[in-house]
Amino acid sequence: MKANLEVFSETLQALAEKDQQILAVTSDSRGSGKLVPFGEKFPDQIVEIGIAEQNLVGVAAGLAAMGKKAFAVSPACFLTARSLEQIKNDVAYSNNPVRLIGISAGVSYGALGSTHHSLHDFAVVRAINNLPVVAPADAFETEEVIKYAAATDEPIYIRFGKKNMPDLGQSLSPKFEIGKARLIKEGNDITLIGTGETVWPCLEAAILLKEKGISAKVISMHTIKPLDTTLLAELGATRKPIITVEEHSIFGGLGEAVSSYLFQNQYFVPFKIMGFPGEYTVTGSQTEIFEHYGISDKGIQQEALNLLKK
Amino acid sequence: MTITQLKEKSKTYRKKILELIFHAKAGHTGGCLSIIDLLNVLYNHVLRIPSPKDPSRDRFIQSKGHAVEALYVVLADQGFFPEEDLKTLGQYQSPYIGHPTKKIPGMEQNTGGLGHGLSICAGNALAAKKDKSDIKVYTILGDGEMAEGSNWEAMMFAAHYKLDNLCGILDYNKLQISGANAQVMGLEPIKQKIESFGWSVKEVDGHNIEELVNTFDQLPFENGKPSFIIAHTVKGKGVSYMENVAKWHHGVPSAEQLEQALAELA
Ligand SMILES: [Mg+2]
Repeated sequence: MKANLEVFSETLQALAEKDQQILAVTSDSRGSGKLVPFGEKFPDQIVEIGIAEQNLVGVAAGLAAMGKKAFAVSPACFLTARSLEQIKNDVAYSNNPVRLIGISAGVSYGALGSTHHSLHDFAVVRAINNLPVVAPADAFETEEVIKYAAATDEPIYIRFGKKNMPDLGQSLSPKFEIGKARLIKEGNDITLIGTGETVWPCLEAAILLKEKGISAKVISMHTIKPLDTTLLAELGATRKPIITVEEHSIFGGLGEAVSSYLFQNQYFVPFKIMGFPGEYTVTGSQTEIFEHYGISDKGIQQEALNLLKK
Repeated sequence: MTITQLKEKSKTYRKKILELIFHAKAGHTGGCLSIIDLLNVLYNHVLRIPSPKDPSRDRFIQSKGHAVEALYVVLADQGFFPEEDLKTLGQYQSPYIGHPTKKIPGMEQNTGGLGHGLSICAGNALAAKKDKSDIKVYTILGDGEMAEGSNWEAMMFAAHYKLDNLCGILDYNKLQISGANAQVMGLEPIKQKIESFGWSVKEVDGHNIEELVNTFDQLPFENGKPSFIIAHTVKGKGVSYMENVAKWHHGVPSAEQLEQALAELA
């Protein structure tokens, strides 16, 4: 059990050791980004911007344009709202390969409230061209996507949380590839598609469903954009129900992306988008907020039973 | 290039800008005429750009992206692309659009949204420092643009990191799209503001070639501090009926007006 945030920090440190072009660019976020040891070890490879997210992304774009592998690290809530125009113009449109790292994403900040939640980020960054969007689910996916980001010469947005995440296992999908969903559990009756920290409750729900004799497939759709449409076509062709689960608003995120593909390709399957409704969330810890909106083993199980009319 | 040659260049550039905007039936006429002497001195005296992709080149980013026609004229004159190509400006599928894009050889970034250039330049300048290279980085900002908060974030940053390889240039024509800066959003005392952010600042006549050459030759103004040039300019400079008239921000001359302008610039 390890937080994706922790894995990010360790992976970046290991990469920076071998590659001086790697820079961590922070907005007074080195503590929240678990980058204090990174800064101590590589003082020349951390660039502190102060609390100025527009400048964070603009400077990172300028560094990237000069060949630096800039990781702009800031809470997802600020990174994808305060600096959205810089993301659109200076990173994506100008094609400067900044690695945008949205930390403590979704409702990770729990009781700090909606100012600190990012339930909008998939929606806004998905609408920007030239910007893949990735939410790794566990340590394996996080390490792999950070390695990919260090090696790519294109912009990317990666978001994750700070809660300890169980290992989902790699037996069914030993490889990690951008744009290719990972099969976490086989199943024939229904498919549960999660992304980021919602893949685990999908797996837990699948275990509950099994006790009821229902075989649920579990997918980690770590790449929200570009979507793995090959897999979606296969799932759609079976006409079995699909549930998407995301730590994001039900507007404009994973669920709408998946449904848009399915319905425009005539795969009319029983379908449900689970996420956060159009309201400022109930107060509480991340776990309590998840429970409240049904992002839990029991909540997902119930939606599955509803769709299967059981 | 000698001062006399530079002065001749400015005249030629002004005429080409007006012809280009007339032909395309769109453009930011006033601002182009306001920054053209700055661009002239930058590209023909200051910037070291052996070729548009040379990694060791100095970087220039026009934060005031809308005055792109002036940049097109100067970059074509540098031989970065055929001047002929500019005939497609603004046309369907032309790479020549109303703001700078990297599709055009010699253009560093896609600008146009205001308040972006200085941050990107600061990133360029910090990277150059980290690489121990002597690359210098320049940007031209509009005066209306100074109301963007991001510029002031970048100001703090550049001073904090002692980016004396960075030079900001303000095209201070005192006018913006809806009128005088002083009425829309006053920026005075701008020199003191920028100085108080830790920059070394000089004021110049932005149309006086000798003064511009002399000022750029003094960069960096102080070791360990980013430099800033407040260039006092005239919107529509060189064409009597355009000078200091806000409506020429994006006014396009008629055939008759063009003829008169070209005669004045002869
Ligand atoms: Mg102005």
